Amino acid sequence: MHALEKILAKAANKESVSAGEIVNCQIDMAGINDLYLQTIRSFYEMDGEKVYAPDKTIVFLDHYAPASTVMQADNQKQFREFCREQGIDKLMDINQGVCHQIMADKGFSKPGQLIVITDSHTTTHGAFGAFGTGVGATDLAIILRTGSLWFRVPEVIRINLEGQLRPGVYAKDVILSIIGKLGSDYAVYKGVDFTGTLLKQFSISERMALCNMTTEMGAKTCYIQPDEVTFAFLEGNKVTDYEVFETDSDFQYSADLTFDVTDLYPQIAAPHSVDNVFPLSDYEGEAVHQAFLGTCTGGRVEDLAVAAHILKDSKINPLTRFLVVPASSQVLMEAMEKGYIQTLVEAGATLVTPGCAACLGTHEGMIAEGEVCITASNRNFPGRMGHGKAEIFLASPASVAAAALNGYITDPARYLIEREGQDEKNS
Amino acid sequence: MKRIVEGKAFVFGSNIDTDQIYPGRYLDLTDPESVARHAMEGADPDFVKKVQPGDIIVAEKNFGCGSSREHAAITLKSAGVGAILAESFARIFYRNAINLGLPLLVIPQIGGKVKSGDRISVDIQTGLVQNETSNTEIRGEQISEYMFHILKNDGIKNLIKNQCGK
Ligand code: SF4
Repeated sequence: MHALEKILAKAANKESVSAGEIVNCQIDMAGINDLYLQTIRSFYEMDGEKVYAPDKTIVFLDHYAPASTVMQADNQKQFREFCREQGIDKLMDINQGVCHQIMADKGFSKPGQLIVITDSHTTTHGAFGAFGTGVGATDLAIILRTGSLWFRVPEVIRINLEGQLRPGVYAKDVILSIIGKLGSDYAVYKGVDFTGTLLKQFSISERMALCNMTTEMGAKTCYIQPDEVTFAFLEGNKVTDYEVFETDSDFQYSADLTFDVTDLYPQIAAPHSVDNVFPLSDYEGEAVHQAFLGTCTGGRVEDLAVAAHILKDSKINPLTRFLVVPASSQVLMEAMEKGYIQTLVEAGATLVTPGCAACLGTHEGMIAEGEVCITASNRNFPGRMGHGKAEIFLASPASVAAAALNGYITDPARYLIEREGQDEKNS
Repeated sequence: MKRIVEGKAFVFGSNIDTDQIYPGRYLDLTDPESVARHAMEGADPDFVKKVQPGDIIVAEKNFGCGSSREHAAITLKSAGVGAILAESFARIFYRNAINLGLPLLVIPQIGGKVKSGDRISVDIQTGLVQNETSNTEIRGEQISEYMFHILKNDGIKNLIKNQCGK
């Protein structure tokens, strides 16, 4: 069995499971976002009275944090009331940040867990060796009602990553290039297991970006076998109670692919689909009106660090707006401690409170008709961040920062190399 | 649930994502009638004016990709869409629609075989599609037993209600 199958087997209280089988699993952690008031409605429509496991339920007020319409405010109010009535003490209110980052920060995401959240990017938790998957409101309501949910055991694809990254190339470039090659429906209904020597070079932050984006190739879930990097992160967060599963050596993957990243340059997904990927140099010089750094894909401390590195003692191009949205309050605090936020604001960034912000086109940085935005987030569908006739380019946090600096799309590598030269001279 | 769904076809391409089916800026609406007013707005702003109860959406690959918003399934069901036929569906959208009792069927190569405006009918249990306008028959994949069971009960909420009792 694959480690992912072992997680499902344990949750279904079975000796073994195999691909294609439908199993009913107990859920370790169920999360609801503020977009999904329908969850509460569906719960009551199914004659729900008491939530099955309030201690395994978590509510995130992140997509509308803080509310910008009366209706959003009302939806959040109903969530707060629901939590109070049901004894759900894990209410992550508008001062906390994006769900997936909170799960990591607070140690809720850990190996061997079955995590279900009303958010498609729940694949992110593969970075911790968990089985994370997104569902809609009614599925989540079924968990609230019964503590469990049915799953079809997925086939698993292995993606083996080898080679060394060039300067200015990150996990985001790697996953964009893979999605560009395989297409946005390559992994529909399947699990994706990342292996290979490149992973050793990836921090938890980079691994989260990698796993996060597998949703954009249709994946149901994602997995990285926990290793020293994972264990060190968990230890730092004082997480000790977890079970690590391992894939049997005779497991048959439904596909087995290898990518060597040695010759990879920064990548960009052009409008209007995530698999519309090119070398970033193809768009060198394209003017951008907004550069957006943030989200569950690209709003972590390391992302802010690289942007601060590129923008130190500089000013952004006055024709460009630069939105910086730390993924969580913990990220914000750490980035302030390290001085990144100060550097970015001095350079001309607009600081937005932790949350999803403009990522899904509801508030805090929408774009107008005809405008161009480069973003560290994960989707560039028409209308995703505002007007349907705006253009969204997806790239790494470094590429976003380089574009903010210049006012146009450009390879970030030269700033990183220049800076390193300067830093050496100064030290 | 009606086993045979019959209506006019509305044909779309590949990768129709949830932002096109139901734009993010309306996500704070919750009652089905208001949600229904924005069905397919990102792909065809006039869709809601044209669609009649029972009409059928036909698409190519990966219909419903993107976010997990159940609004995308609710808007189509509440706008009166009778069934969706596509070459493939995104996973969460598939679950959401079946859970609501909105039939989805995987029909290989349907994109090229139906034109917008054609009158078609589909047998939800067997996956057989009749294009009455071009007088052709298209055979799709048969829906799995468990999904059909959910549809027959008009959605999973009824099933769970019966299962749990009061
Ligand atoms: S940051 Fe964007 S992709 Fe991530 S959960 Fe929020 S809206 Fe979704």
